[in-house]
Amino acid sequence: MEFLTTLGLEVHTELSTKTKIFCGCTTEFGGDPNTHVCEVCTGMPGTLPVLNEQVVEYAIRVGLATNCEITQYNKFDRKNYFYPDLPKAYQVSQLYAPICQNGHIDIEVGGVTKSIRIKEIHMEEDAGKLIHDPWDDCTLVDYNRCGVPLLEIVSEPDFCNGEEVIAYLTKLKSILQYTDVSDCKMEQGSLRADVNLSVRPVGTDELGTRTEMKNINSFKAIARAIEGERKRQIELIEEGKKVVQETRRWDDNKGSSFAMRSKENAQDYRYFPEPDLVPIEISDEWIERVRGELPELPDAKKKRYIADYGLPEYDVDIITGSKFLVKIFEEALEACGEAKEVSNWIMGEVLRLATDTSTDVEDINFTFANLGKLILLVKNNVVNRGTAKEVFEKMFKENVEPEKYIKDNGLEMVNDDGAVREVVLAVLQANPKSVAEFKEGNDKVTRFLMGQCMKQLKGKADPATVNTVIDEELAKL
Amino acid sequence: MELSKMTALEIGSKIKAKELGVVEVTKAALENIEKTDKAYRAFVTVCGEKALTQAEKIQKGIDDGTLTSPLAGVPMAVKDNMCTEGVLTTCASKILTGFKPTYSSTAVRKLEDAGAVILGKLNMDEFAMGSTTETSVHGVTVNPWGENRAPGGSSGGSAVAVAADEAYYTLGSDTGGSIRQPAAFCGVTGLKPTYGTVSRYGLIAYASSLDQIGPIGKNVEDIAEVLSVISGHDPKDSTSVKQDSIKITLDNNIKGKRIGLPKDYFGEGLNSEVKASVLAAAKKLEELGAIVEEFEMPELQYAIPAYYIIACAEASSNLSRFDGVKYGYASPEFKDLTDLYYKSRSEGFGMEVKRRIMIGAFVLSSGYYDAYYKKALQVKAIIKQSFDRAFEKYDCILSPTAPTTALKIGENLSDPLKMYLGDIYTVSVNLAGLPSMVVPCGFDSQGLPIGLQLTGKAFSENEIMNVGYAFQQSTDYHTKKPVLKTGKEA
Repeated sequence: MEFLTTLGLEVHTELSTKTKIFCGCTTEFGGDPNTHVCEVCTGMPGTLPVLNEQVVEYAIRVGLATNCEITQYNKFDRKNYFYPDLPKAYQVSQLYAPICQNGHIDIEVGGVTKSIRIKEIHMEEDAGKLIHDPWDDCTLVDYNRCGVPLLEIVSEPDFCNGEEVIAYLTKLKSILQYTDVSDCKMEQGSLRADVNLSVRPVGTDELGTRTEMKNINSFKAIARAIEGERKRQIELIEEGKKVVQETRRWDDNKGSSFAMRSKENAQDYRYFPEPDLVPIEISDEWIERVRGELPELPDAKKKRYIADYGLPEYDVDIITGSKFLVKIFEEALEACGEAKEVSNWIMGEVLRLATDTSTDVEDINFTFANLGKLILLVKNNVVNRGTAKEVFEKMFKENVEPEKYIKDNGLEMVNDDGAVREVVLAVLQANPKSVAEFKEGNDKVTRFLMGQCMKQLKGKADPATVNTVIDEELAKL
Repeated sequence: MELSKMTALEIGSKIKAKELGVVEVTKAALENIEKTDKAYRAFVTVCGEKALTQAEKIQKGIDDGTLTSPLAGVPMAVKDNMCTEGVLTTCASKILTGFKPTYSSTAVRKLEDAGAVILGKLNMDEFAMGSTTETSVHGVTVNPWGENRAPGGSSGGSAVAVAADEAYYTLGSDTGGSIRQPAAFCGVTGLKPTYGTVSRYGLIAYASSLDQIGPIGKNVEDIAEVLSVISGHDPKDSTSVKQDSIKITLDNNIKGKRIGLPKDYFGEGLNSEVKASVLAAAKKLEELGAIVEEFEMPELQYAIPAYYIIACAEASSNLSRFDGVKYGYASPEFKDLTDLYYKSRSEGFGMEVKRRIMIGAFVLSSGYYDAYYKKALQVKAIIKQSFDRAFEKYDCILSPTAPTTALKIGENLSDPLKMYLGDIYTVSVNLAGLPSMVVPCGFDSQGLPIGLQLTGKAFSENEIMNVGYAFQQSTDYHTKKPVLKTGKEA
């Protein structure tokens, strides 16, 4: 039997506001346990929340960037449940009137564009963290994360496979980064995805029973979890068993999921309007101001790069997929005006060095305009391409200024024809065996001779010039 | 005149005039509590040393001119559901055993800034749930007006401390009548301000959308002064109204004021002595120039069920944080997390609190929300509208505060439904968020005080307080004192 898969996503993203959603504590990641807390975010008796309006601003930004309608009369609701990481025993969230509704994000998989509908985006507060201490066999609570603002972005079940899910998450992540609302660091939990999945035999219309997998924290793990869960459900059905509606936890190390709680044990969250907060009204002016301040978003940027610079679509996808690569691209381009060259350097050396040094793209830290300068130095024959790559590595790692570095280290290209010829003659003289082989018709030795010459010239000469001189001198012999 | 029998403003002005020292007044008040409170048990915590240290500091502030409030140096006390930095705050519940907040409620802080001397914390029904002050883990507070009489509640300690001259004024909180009913039962003056007038920050919530802090005192002038200190916008409470503190002008002129008497509040169930006394008070106001008229407000009959649904729903959520994990009482033995929750909450909460948590959890549960909670919110809106209509015709609504005078200790506790019905004249005011004041207006044949309730439209505190002031200017009910027992007699 052939099966179709239906997937929906709930993405939680921590907003990078300076302070928490309902108090003045910092949202900074890390810190000693319970140092980024106050009586409000630890839910001490008698304390009250005061909404951080920046959270609303960020939510509007994301809503507009994902083509949502903005709810102008906003309220918060309480979601009640007991757990030690939730000090008030309720989470302030939005059930009845989420701030953004009915949006969509366009994704492209295998050259086909597909629109994924966004059901809603709502604002809420994050919970603390439980840390199990195996030494003392006890569980400790760290409330630093408690009250960090979250957006929950809920999609419709519009995905058919893991590829589409990853494309959506990639696009969503870049939108969140472009709009400056989140750093989206999955390893720090600032972007988390819950996956709803069901399967049904081809030819049937009714959706199968779905399961939910919670808190998967990397794109690769999400892809594996989807594949694993799809197989598990198909196997159950093929064995004549039933899929149980439940929440499952994906264990990426074991490559399998296990049940957390079934629908029968599902909690009744007893939602009701949060009486400690007043409704927030979002005016047309507010929405229009935010719309006016939105940066150019990934789709528009991609189109422009292809149209204006004639760059290959693949390269543009990679570059526009990350706000940080865009920053490198645009600042380097500004300095040199050579779009194609900049793109090549990013796709080549920048990404290679990032991989080699295990540096996250967002942590790449050199003066990006200097890449433009370096490109111009190559273009103007001040330095050859090979040396430029060495210079760039220094720039990447130590943020050296290319022109000064080249000068200080005497890396300028040797353009003096006489100097090159001198070296070539010396090399020929020192390698009579190679010269003899050449005379016997072995062309390949020129490569060896070329290497010797470049070595002597410390790689600073234009290889084409060296080649020509070697050819000339060999011909004379 | 005995020091303790003076009003807050009298003490304040004598301190200003250097006729009395703050330390002297504070010492006298503490000695008085020592002597009297054994019989009445209004206090659950007395902060003797802290109060004396505070008194010295305040005296300096008054001497160097930095403390100018008419209340500077006047000793007062606070209901035990308001957080006081470094001082036990228990809500009269076992579950908050040993809880000392690291912050003070805004109302308390504002009073401290104005130079109030805080004598201690006052008894109440557990988590302000009750109308008798009998559900307190600290035991019953006794009404000084009668043998074995309960003071009413939930701010019973706050009313008794004033009635027994232990504090010059107190803070109470009112969710469904918790300031007004004990004020009426104890023969003192109490105000529930308009919702949003006094910050709720630091008030341990019972029902967030109904709770409001207010003053209890010996007369209208005293509580008007307290209101001017504690009111005003607080950036820490989103539901506090963006307005400056309220300054009340009392001019003793109520000529032409239109006062409405809701017929629905004078029918079946109202004790005839209470009725006669409140109607006599209406007559008195008429003599003073007011136009008094009866009118109908049939919607009021739905107030009690709507109130108990909304209040319990919010309470079930507000009280969930007391789970034995972070502070207060934790059951000493438990198997796992769920067991810790079950045991701590089962052992830590009293009967009435558990009853209301269960009602609240039920009305919010999936499938019942629309039938109960949503409907109750609709009733709330209808009641508010019917008050709005009434205030098109009247400046003030006059009614009894409670159907009876103070009950015997233990009389109501066994019958929760009867107790809930006792709130019939007070809860609608909280649902509508209105200001409402109680002033003493007589005594029944057993010598127990009766209070009349004056309710105004939102933010018309000045209006209703002026009516109450005019009433007190031409009556002396508020100056009557119970015969106090001292420690030995008790």
